Amino acid sequence: MAVQALGAAAAANESLTKAAAQPLAGGTTLIDLMKLDVMRPTAIVDINPLARAWSAIAPGGDGLRLGALARMSDVAANTEIQRSYPVIADSLKLAASAQLRNMATLGGNVMQRTRCNYFRDVSYENCNKRNPGSGCAAMDGVNRMHAVLGTSDQCIATYPGDFAQALIALDAMVEITGKAGTRSMPFAQLHKAPGTTPDIETALQPGELISAFSIQGRWPRSVYLKTRDRQSYEFALSSAAIALDVQDGTIRDARVALGGVATVPWRAREAEALLKGQRFDDGLAQRVGEAAFADARGRRHNSFKIALGKRVVARALQQAAMMEI
Amino acid sequence: MTAAAPGPKTNMGQPVPRYDAAAKVTGRATYASDMPLDNPAYAFLVTSAIAKGRIDRFDLDDARRVRGVIEIVTHENAPKLKESKLFSNGGYAGTTIQPLKSAEIAHDGQIIAVVVAESYEAAREAANRVKVSYSAAAPSATFDSPGTTTAAAKGQSSQFKEDPKVGDFAKAFDAAEVKLVASYETPTQHHNPMELFTTSCAWMGDNLVIYEGSQYVYGLKNGVAEQLGIDADKVRVVNPYVGGGFGSRGSMTPRTAIIAAIAKHVNRPIKLVPTRDQGFTITTHRAETRHEIKLGASRDGKLVALRHEGAEVSSRSDAYCVGGTKTTTRLYACPNVDSLVSIVRADRNTPGFMRSPPEVPYLFALESALDELAVKLNMDPVELRRINDATRDPIDGKPYTSRSLMACFDEAAKAFGWSQRSPQSKSMSDGDWLIGYGCAATCYPTLMAPSAARVRLHRDGRTRVEIAGHEIGTGAYTVIAQTAAERLGVPLEKVAVFMGDSDLPPAPVAGGSNSTASTCSAVMMVCDQIRQRLLKAVMPSDSLADKAKETVGISPAPSTQAGKGDRPLEIEKAFDALGVGVVEEYGEWKPDGAPMDSFRAMHNGQVRLVGGHQMKDQIAYAFGAEFVEVRINRFTHEIRCPRLVGAFAAGRIMNPRTARSQLMGGLIWGMSSALLEATEIDERNARYVNDNLADYLVPVNADVPGVEVIMLSEQDDHINPVGAKGLGELGNVGTNAAICNAIYHATGQRIRKLPVRLENIEL
Repeated sequence: MAVQALGAAAAANESLTKAAAQPLAGGTTLIDLMKLDVMRPTAIVDINPLARAWSAIAPGGDGLRLGALARMSDVAANTEIQRSYPVIADSLKLAASAQLRNMATLGGNVMQRTRCNYFRDVSYENCNKRNPGSGCAAMDGVNRMHAVLGTSDQCIATYPGDFAQALIALDAMVEITGKAGTRSMPFAQLHKAPGTTPDIETALQPGELISAFSIQGRWPRSVYLKTRDRQSYEFALSSAAIALDVQDGTIRDARVALGGVATVPWRAREAEALLKGQRFDDGLAQRVGEAAFADARGRRHNSFKIALGKRVVARALQQAAMMEI
Repeated sequence: MTAAAPGPKTNMGQPVPRYDAAAKVTGRATYASDMPLDNPAYAFLVTSAIAKGRIDRFDLDDARRVRGVIEIVTHENAPKLKESKLFSNGGYAGTTIQPLKSAEIAHDGQIIAVVVAESYEAAREAANRVKVSYSAAAPSATFDSPGTTTAAAKGQSSQFKEDPKVGDFAKAFDAAEVKLVASYETPTQHHNPMELFTTSCAWMGDNLVIYEGSQYVYGLKNGVAEQLGIDADKVRVVNPYVGGGFGSRGSMTPRTAIIAAIAKHVNRPIKLVPTRDQGFTITTHRAETRHEIKLGASRDGKLVALRHEGAEVSSRSDAYCVGGTKTTTRLYACPNVDSLVSIVRADRNTPGFMRSPPEVPYLFALESALDELAVKLNMDPVELRRINDATRDPIDGKPYTSRSLMACFDEAAKAFGWSQRSPQSKSMSDGDWLIGYGCAATCYPTLMAPSAARVRLHRDGRTRVEIAGHEIGTGAYTVIAQTAAERLGVPLEKVAVFMGDSDLPPAPVAGGSNSTASTCSAVMMVCDQIRQRLLKAVMPSDSLADKAKETVGISPAPSTQAGKGDRPLEIEKAFDALGVGVVEEYGEWKPDGAPMDSFRAMHNGQVRLVGGHQMKDQIAYAFGAEFVEVRINRFTHEIRCPRLVGAFAAGRIMNPRTARSQLMGGLIWGMSSALLEATEIDERNARYVNDNLADYLVPVNADVPGVEVIMLSEQDDHINPVGAKGLGELGNVGTNAAICNAIYHATGQRIRKLPVRLENIEL
């Protein structure tokens, strides 16, 4: 499928190899950031003509394949995904607004940029993400929405999305198409924690596009719990993507991913390890929550996310454990 | 009848649909920025990135290179404007901080340059390329910031006349059997109307037309004329629809005169569309406030002492102050009352009116404190209010013209199911959710201002009403048309109303919830002038003319009765007797107690609001009671508000449909004010951080699943000819306290600082 699309992609790639060229899919992030003067592409490449080849929504017997140009609302509405991958359907359904979900694509969704106010306001010089080496205004500024995990001395900007938590929890692979062809990598390797280079956000090379996501197996016992200030159309203060494989009361496999609290889509692997081989109880859920935030570091306004995040993980685990499959 | 169009009770008009409903939902309503201009240039603002200091240098080279740039205006080349005083000092302006006047910066986001170009996009691109070098000084951001100064409001603000007091508070408080001392805090908030703070200015010779969403076209016209140094008759302000005001468009902002002057300079009409974030700093906002309440009561719940001390943040240059103690000291019967309001000056833009300016923050404090006292007394909070209900203003001893506070409490309590409430906190829950019920009182002064109107009646009943009122979304066109139709006895569909144009007869600011009472009283009076002319024509004898005067003269009785007189008027017969095709009348109405200079001030765009506690022998307020259910998730601590129930009494309800809509919006906003809305300030640099609609949260539909509005029948013959009390600002008062009272009921936790967020809940 991607191979067929390469003809169209080739033209795109030529423009995309220029550093300042940007692909446009749903446009729900790029256009905003251009109006704010945060992103200043010299060329925009409309990749929507690739949609015919790149918008598969294909749940199958042994896994799921999602094209990067599938629209969020279409994926969320797919009954087989709702049945076999509720964590995916819910992470999409609880994101943004109906209008945005109708426009936004999966590829664009995982590439959306942080909502850090200091990043989005160019009148602040000091943003290491925008102006490498300039400092971070958020570190000691208004940082209620900022990250407590995966931060560095350079950047505490939160990765804002929801869908990515479902992908990273389910060990998704991301398929990337570029001039040299198609390559695959674990989705967990796509986003780069800020470290000393917060301006480098993903492993995508210039000219490369995400073409698809794939997931092995089915995960009917999975949930996405999202906590936020209002009931809809709002980013997570803390969210948890949970997937469990329970056989005869014993947890054989467990996945815990966190949103709204980390600089990148976050997988809490140490916490997951506590679950494997165990029988579920509320005490265990609490210990998992504690473990997931063991390394968390709060700042002036966002420390509450640590206690909140622990409870969200514990509650999401309870919900997953109680699901009737 | 439906929920949206409640059937009228006694002393209510018909719930006719909004005149402009279809135009608005289909996009045909023309707002100021929709007005076609001939070959316009487009302006984009550059605003300061510091809150205090000065501009050292502009580097405009890159900006000038953008194709299509016509002019870049900074303080170095800006047209000179005359100063305008603050509205409360006899001027028109919402701030005296005048942009582009010097290199000095007085607040974050001050206008420092205007880029004019052939297109909006070119202007924006060039504005983004303007480079500014500043010498920044350390600003004072808000309460507790170093460098602020604090002083009593009285004496520095002509807006704030008096710290109400009566009796001996200190002595009574000392001796009180039960005492409460508590401090409360409300945040900075911004109006964020949907329509951005645009302006379009077009000159035709020496005449200027301004298309701008305004709540006061006469104020804006006169203010801009003053700043430009031209005759006010040469300025016309046009805005048939206003995309939300909430107070933000009540006084003149600095953007208009400068755009008008630049339009003259470049000899082109100019259209300015500022961005959403610029709207946070180029207009006004609700200042953050702090309160300390002291209540003393007897064990049986009778208030014996009440003190309210408030503090508000304003700019360095202007002593803006809402001073809500005028209301909170008069709401309940209490013999010993004291109060004090202070203003804290910081390096901020000047705050201004925001629906409902004094009552929203000040009643949050009082109505929270009442609930705390009820807990101390182990008493139902509704009963505590009943025990302290007043029939007279406790400060001046004047009787209320009408007061249905407890009737509202009883109606709302019944509809809400208050009797189902288990009185103990932490005693109600449903699955994952803790449940709390809370209530609070609301009130708003009944205000009126002088207004003029012109009415033209055709022989076939077609009627044209002209009045420079404002359709800010309240339904003004509709209720004015209803008033004229009823008064003249013509079908509603034959009445056309023209508003939002300063070439029409003057009307007051659409603020202080005075519009309906003021404009409809003027329209009623002018309709009566027409009736009188017509009646005289068909009843020529002196005795009959006297009879006519008696039956159609302006009367304090509600318009339904007075309007009809004792016999139907046969319009066609009267026209034939007069021998004319059209009868037209102009008139100027003013409320009782309006000052001597009222009509002159009205034409000069200066409001003379009267009413509330300032009436001579009486005090006039509208009242209501609000009940809320909150649910708090025991795991995530998320706070949701599934039910809001309000009962309100506001004299004659002109149109139950539009009134309900206002009150419903108020309840939703009140909830928002408690749980969502706050402008975050970065205290290091005195800048607003969440200056956009993604981060400045307002409720979405999912946040307000249940809102119920009950309107009580109330008749008040003492306030104005229409018999109506303003209700636009009634709905969103007290809701914030009701929510916090419900949170206490759900959790046992008293939260005294808004907004309440999940991290404030400890379970």
